[in-house]
Amino acid sequence: MSAVDESNWTTAVRDRAVDAFPPTELLPDRQPAYVASWAYVFGMLSLVSLLVVIATGCVLAVEGPSWWHNSGTGHFVNSMHLWSVELFFVFMVLHLWAKFFMAAWRGHRQMTWMSGAIAFVVSIGAAFTGYLSQQNFSSQWISSEAKDGLNAAGVGSYFNVLNFGQMFTWHVVLLPLCITLLVVGHVLMVRRRGVVEPFDDDTVATVATVASTETHVDPKPASAVAE
Amino acid sequence: MSARRRGRREITKWAGPTRPYDLVKEFVYCLVAVTLLTVVCAAVFSSPDERPVSLEQWAQADPHDFVLTAVAELGGTSGTAGYGPPYNSASDGQKIGPLSLPKIAGVHIPINTARDLVITPLGLISASSPDLQQSIATWDASSPAQQATWTDAYATAADAATFDVNGLPTGISGDVGPVSTMMNALVTMARNGGLDGALSTEKGFYNNDYTKPMLFLGDGGFMEGKATAQHLGGDQWGMMNEVGNYPGQAWLWLYTVWYQVPPFKTSGNADALIWGLMMVFTALFVLLPFIPGLRAVPKRLRVYRVIWRDHYHDKS
Repeated sequence: MSAVDESNWTTAVRDRAVDAFPPTELLPDRQPAYVASWAYVFGMLSLVSLLVVIATGCVLAVEGPSWWHNSGTGHFVNSMHLWSVELFFVFMVLHLWAKFFMAAWRGHRQMTWMSGAIAFVVSIGAAFTGYLSQQNFSSQWISSEAKDGLNAAGVGSYFNVLNFGQMFTWHVVLLPLCITLLVVGHVLMVRRRGVVEPFDDDTVATVATVASTETHVDPKPASAVAE
Repeated sequence: MSARRRGRREITKWAGPTRPYDLVKEFVYCLVAVTLLTVVCAAVFSSPDERPVSLEQWAQADPHDFVLTAVAELGGTSGTAGYGPPYNSASDGQKIGPLSLPKIAGVHIPINTARDLVITPLGLISASSPDLQQSIATWDASSPAQQATWTDAYATAADAATFDVNGLPTGISGDVGPVSTMMNALVTMARNGGLDGALSTEKGFYNNDYTKPMLFLGDGGFMEGKATAQHLGGDQWGMMNEVGNYPGQAWLWLYTVWYQVPPFKTSGNADALIWGLMMVFTALFVLLPFIPGLRAVPKRLRVYRVIWRDHYHDKS
């Protein structure tokens, strides 16, 4: 058997990936017993809603931005795109509230919370540019109103909501790419760190353990095992 | 200690009781459910699609408002003419205290309302009209003070005028110079649909930038009147609404709510102040895990006892 070549980048990346995300944690068939609430399903519902948003958006993109104004089929696909966005936000807001009530950032999960929060903010931008890309009266009025806010913030010089071409490319390329990367990272962090444990009501120290240090001691050592 | 060290971070894993879980099945079930729900919503509620307004519609439906707006663009007294950055340097733009972010960002989308929205479009049709050609030449050769005298006089006369079937003001008199000829040509061009095309295609055959016609429309009352009638005005929760009975961008409620209450409702710097406020809120939201006090709120609310009720029931 040949020795491991430590200078091989491919081997190093593969080993680190498998070490960080072993298949049993990436696609688990068991989970902690406390994960037994409907509150947990909103994360998955947000994810699949995003997939429906992207799928319907891809269909609209194939035919171009004017198609849905002149085609019954196109209008129906646009309606699906609109309602999947509405559902996406409903599920995402419920997911965020559930995670807030769980204080889901505990146990070194701050980045998981932050990636989800940033994904929410970027999603608002993606939906906003979608409204600007409709090429109808709503687009006109929303862009006319929104320009003042963006100009007042100094953003309007580089993000011109009255420029359809610019808003359209942000909507169909840049922002979906950002959201996809954020959501993939968010899901991988959830899989890597697991679902946050319930509060130990015998102590309030759990809330104060978010700061990460070398000498951190888990407040519930009895319930944790080494990987 | 039951943890694995990874650099500065450590990962602890639950070692208590577990239950069977099928991630793929949950994914498929959710995907099917959401897809079906989306199809049902689309079939039942459809989606709004009200045609955009145009300069042509405006000049036909309300020539009085169109002419007064157009002469304000020519005279440099319109909202866009005095807007400041990113369109021009007529003002500093809105401020947060002494800080003017628009001024720092600078003029990146230069708009000269007289030149870009009136004179250049008229130049496209002046070849067939010696009178218009002469009027534009007279305008260009005159001083700013003289131009202001003409546009002021014309605006006063047009405001009191009646408009004929062609959308032209009648009985215009006084020291209006070449303005009357220019405005009549512009109204006629707009009513024929020529102005929409002229403002949208000045950079060539293809166009994706509607900044100029949108600023022109925004300076008048036609588009705003239509929006207000549909409950889309700034003081009617503005852009988070949508035409018809659709939910719109309900997630913008926290941004829109500030426009409905003092002091923002009456402030000349409302947009800048509200954007500043929303940036603070966004930072608090994203950085919540690091903010003492705020991060302890869930523990005190005890809503988690509902979410994990089985867990606490089993423990007790």
